[in-house]
Amino acid sequence: MNEPNPTREIEFEVNGTTFRRAVEPRRLLSDFLRHDLGLTGTHVGCEHGVCGACTILLDGQAIRSCLLFAVQIDGAHLTTVEGMTPEPAAPMHPLQQAFQRHHGLQCGFCTPGFLMTLLPFLEENPDPTEDEVRHAISGNLCRCTGYQHIVDAVLGWARERAAAAAEGEGREPTP
Amino acid sequence: MKPAPFDYFAPNSLEEALEQLQAAGWDGKVLAGGQSLVPVMNFRLAQPGVLVDLNRIPGLDGIEVDPAGNLRLGAMVRHARLEKDPTVARVAPLLTAAVPWIAHPQIRNRGTLGGSLAHADPAAELPAVMVALRARFRLRSAHGDRWVDADDFFVGLFATALEPGEILVEVLVPAASPGDRVAFLEVARRSGDYALVGVATTLRLEAERLVDLRHVLFSIGDRPHEAHAAADCIGQQPTPELIEQFSLAVGREIEPADDIHASADYRRHLAAVLTRRALTQALRSGGAA
Ligand SMILES: Cc1cc2nc3c(=O)[nH]c(=O)nc-3n(C[C@H](O)[C@H](O)[C@H](O)COP(=O)(O)OP(=O)(O)OC[C@H]3O[C@@H](n4cnc5c(N)ncnc54)[C@H](O)[C@@H]3O)c2cc1C
Ligand code: FES
Ligand code: FES
Repeated sequence: MNEPNPTREIEFEVNGTTFRRAVEPRRLLSDFLRHDLGLTGTHVGCEHGVCGACTILLDGQAIRSCLLFAVQIDGAHLTTVEGMTPEPAAPMHPLQQAFQRHHGLQCGFCTPGFLMTLLPFLEENPDPTEDEVRHAISGNLCRCTGYQHIVDAVLGWARERAAAAAEGEGREPTP
Repeated sequence: MKPAPFDYFAPNSLEEALEQLQAAGWDGKVLAGGQSLVPVMNFRLAQPGVLVDLNRIPGLDGIEVDPAGNLRLGAMVRHARLEKDPTVARVAPLLTAAVPWIAHPQIRNRGTLGGSLAHADPAAELPAVMVALRARFRLRSAHGDRWVDADDFFVGLFATALEPGEILVEVLVPAASPGDRVAFLEVARRSGDYALVGVATTLRLEAERLVDLRHVLFSIGDRPHEAHAAADCIGQQPTPELIEQFSLAVGREIEPADDIHASADYRRHLAAVLTRRALTQALRSGGAA
């Protein structure tokens, strides 16, 4: 029992890049992303599913990377916060910009988890109510902002996006 | 903290999984959503030597209605899917009402029905719902198959009728009767937390009298508790007075313990309040036809 464990070969995609790696089964996905792939945007707070800092997308769905073993992601597509701005020099994703504008962060420790939780949520609910936003982020802890500015950022971005879409439609030539 | 080393299997068939689990004996554990097992492994409260991952086995996540009208749910159906499935909402509305109370969206994306039942947390929602709905569970081992009633499955604190080498593969929820009315309520300190006390209720009226009342409380003992006092309500009109009497009787018949989350007295109080609210809500909901 509990002798050194043989590693397993896994192949998977992170932010559109394919990787092949050998992992020990007990390696948590959160540690694997940070230490083996150097993707330190995913943060680790509690390691028992409570804080949400480690939230990433697994095949498009928000999940806790601290509650998955890396060996389980063979064949999967992951998105981490780094995937929101693929080019380092590119402008940040509009949702990130909204966080900045509305003071949706102070220390920033919780921010990657909030962003990864919100991306699929806003995809499914482009025009959410404040109540829906608060439910969506109920599994993410923030010690700094008191949440109000995060909610403001989300509602602000949703409104701007809707306004931009309406304007875009207005310009469409009518057949 | 980090989990202790273990051997990992990701079989592609149930037969393979059953063989691997059988070979591992007491040292083996099934890995479903991992939303309860991985935290306890990270804390090293559990150190299984072998994990058999069910996530790559096809056919364990069905949602179907059989010819008799019963709902058949695969053990690997995830909470997020249960929450939104229209068939579940039609055949087992109590289940649909309960799922949003489980944890947070990210946990529901991963956690499974079978995992919640096998974990048997006394503060969890789904065990209570299954007792109220008279659900039956199909357990498979390398030697065969058996069905266990929900009420016999939950035997104590985190303890079930599952033997080493057995996997819970399917849940059968009997078809709701026309006119069944349901309510699900709980009180928790923070959104997504386990309940301090919760209730799952299903009832039916005929000629304005109660002909069926199943009222199950959870987080008040080491397993779901079905209220005995319900028997006294059968054949009666559900007047506010009857509901009040029943709620107080429920508060009296349970034996909650003090813990760091709440005192026994507070739990009794919550049980009575939630019982009154749940019955009132179920009666207002009108039911199907
Ligand atoms: C922060 C947080 C909050 C939570 N809040 C709640 C809550 O409010 N209410 C609630 O009910 N739950 C809550 N949970 C737990 C969550 O619902 C889990 O998903 C669930 O309890 C276990 O399901 P799982 O699929 O993740 O199982 P796993 O964690 O994979 O397994 C749990 C146990 O069941 C066994 N097992 C799993 N599947 C089977 C099977 N098919 N046959 C036999 N044995 C099996 C495993 O071996 C293990 O012992 C919470 C979890 C977290 C991290
Ligand atoms: S580190 Fe994963 S939820 Fe806290
Ligand atoms: S900004 Fe500091 S924890 Fe959220």
